[in-house]
Amino acid sequence: MFSKGTKRKFSDGGEDLSEDGLLGARVASSYSLQRQSLLDMSLIKLQLCHMLVEPNLCRSVLIANTVRQIQEEMTHDGSWHVVTEAFCGASHSPSERLVATEVLCRSRETDAEPKLFSVISYEGCHEEEVVADETLCSVSVSGTDSNVCLAGRMGRVWEKRELNGIERGEEALSGDDEEIDNEDEASTEAPKTIGQVFGTFEIKNGSTGPDSALEELFSDVDTSYYDLDTMLTGIQSTPKMGPYDLLDGLAPSHSSPSVVAAPTCRSDLNELDHIMEIIVGS
Amino acid sequence: MLSPVLCSDLAALEPEYTEADVISTVEFSPTGEFLATGDKGGRVVIFQREPQGEYNVYSTFQSHEPEFDYLKSLEIEEKINKIRWLPPHNPAHFLLSTNDKTIKLWRVSERDKRAEGYNLRDEEGRMKDLSTVTTLQVPVLRPMDLLVEASPRRVFANAHAYHINSISVNSDYIVDLKPENMEELSEVITVAEFHPLHCHLLAFSSSTGTTRLCDMRARALCDQHAKLFEEAVDPMRRSFFSEIVSSVSDVKFSHSGRYLLTRDYLTAKVWDLNMENKPVETYQVHDYLRTKLCSLYESDSIFDKFECAWNGTDSVIMTGAYNNYFRMFDRASRRDVTLEASREVCKRRAVLQPRRVCVGKKRKETDVSVDSLDFRKKILHTAWHPKENIIAIAASNNLYIFQDRLAPNGHHNTPEIQSAPPK
Repeated sequence: MFSKGTKRKFSDGGEDLSEDGLLGARVASSYSLQRQSLLDMSLIKLQLCHMLVEPNLCRSVLIANTVRQIQEEMTHDGSWHVVTEAFCGASHSPSERLVATEVLCRSRETDAEPKLFSVISYEGCHEEEVVADETLCSVSVSGTDSNVCLAGRMGRVWEKRELNGIERGEEALSGDDEEIDNEDEASTEAPKTIGQVFGTFEIKNGSTGPDSALEELFSDVDTSYYDLDTMLTGIQSTPKMGPYDLLDGLAPSHSSPSVVAAPTCRSDLNELDHIMEIIVGS
Repeated sequence: MLSPVLCSDLAALEPEYTEADVISTVEFSPTGEFLATGDKGGRVVIFQREPQGEYNVYSTFQSHEPEFDYLKSLEIEEKINKIRWLPPHNPAHFLLSTNDKTIKLWRVSERDKRAEGYNLRDEEGRMKDLSTVTTLQVPVLRPMDLLVEASPRRVFANAHAYHINSISVNSDYIVDLKPENMEELSEVITVAEFHPLHCHLLAFSSSTGTTRLCDMRARALCDQHAKLFEEAVDPMRRSFFSEIVSSVSDVKFSHSGRYLLTRDYLTAKVWDLNMENKPVETYQVHDYLRTKLCSLYESDSIFDKFECAWNGTDSVIMTGAYNNYFRMFDRASRRDVTLEASREVCKRRAVLQPRRVCVGKKRKETDVSVDSLDFRKKILHTAWHPKENIIAIAASNNLYIFQDRLAPNGHHNTPEIQSAPPK
């Protein structure tokens, strides 16, 4: 059932999609969502590992490599932004890739569509539910492992400044990938910024401000397939996160979903510095 | 392994235990007379084999203490990652124990005699009043109760910026490996071991699933390998978890020195040193986990590092799994068995019954469904006696020692395993 659907080519125009094409598109989007949730999960793992004990290097490197892999694939797909593009039949994702990754290790026997949860619900920015299917849910998972409980921590993760390290890495990665066409170059560029990702974290105290600010900002945003990456790249890499930063960061990204290129971020950063100086009242 | 029988149950009496009691490494001494274990609390416990065949506690000492790295604001765990015995040279025993940062060399010696009759001090050690001393005497050695002392002889601290994963003893010197360029780090060395017979050969494995063999005569820094053991992965079958699953968690040379055993998350592979492009044997340890990788990634279980072991004649390999299961594979007959090491199941003198994990419906009453596996109960550390059919299995805070019921002291040329019917 799967292979039949995915091997068909996507036809142009949503209205003319054949049934198999529709199924293929649905598979494509569920794959993208699962991939997205895997990316989110990985990023959180890189964050949470900064606890009392120095994180295991092997684990951190493997997670960072996974993040890089997903980033590269999403860049090739062009599905960097909104997943809905897959529906329009723009046909980026090669069907072979879907089959190859087994829709993220999903068992072939289950034909049922996976339960789709919104990856990020921006209403309160508190919950994140991982897209899962029945086979995944049934595995008993260690309760003592603190990394397991993502939902509760998710809200605080968004608030805390720790996220900035990821944003810096994310944004730099996406900036590099956009500018560089050559795949090889991209993969050599990425490790340096990956180094930033898990090398430059500092455990800081979270600020309480952005929560309400986030709610206001995202209240009119279409939450259905909003992408973590867009949000991260929209937010500039600033050392401190205050309501003004979010405003500045989000405005350009909201109007055009394209990835913010690196030079723009730097100029915005200067602007922000300027604003901060005024606020501090030097 | 034939019919494993529990011969020493060195389990904690209380079912409740602290995290500090969890065993983190198990290692037999070169003759098999001693068995050393390290735990998360930084303690080393050494067991000695009694004439009747059982192992009992010989010595216990605190090897490492928790430390705090003030510069990074991080704790340094006192958990013992690895113990290695040095080859015996004199009556004392030497072993290396390491936590994340510091390697210590310990000397464990026995004292069963005590000198008595000192001239300057009395038996309690107090200084004598010299005016009362009229004659000189020669102190004599008298027997005393056995006292086992462990004293640190060397401390190798801060050799690594990152964690020490693995130590291996060489006849010339002990070598630590460090990745060169930390900036572009995308691969980590996970295990290293010296060749048992050729002291210049070093094997080390990485998180990308490759194993390198280096000849230290050619290049002392081991940055270029003499051989690279890697199995090509079918690109069509690649997933986001392929690399993580291929990360090598343990490497062991066979006793003969001709083969390498590597363990990654789902398989154990035997490599012939003369053939680099693929293993000669691949054993699926728990392939039923392949469809569950996403949730195992979420719970971090996918990063569990399982060890592996050869038996004395290199005919059987053993490795641990989840649910307190461990598996043994007979290389010649290709038969395998799954056994459980847990309090409920292990009774003295009772032969362990094989287990089977089923993916779909249970075919037998005794089958265990994949969905009911307990991933907190993992057997990461296993050790096989260097010569005899005796194995040590660490399951959280419990240490189980099994020996072959049929031939505890002898060798078998072609051991047979009692295994469950093929799946």
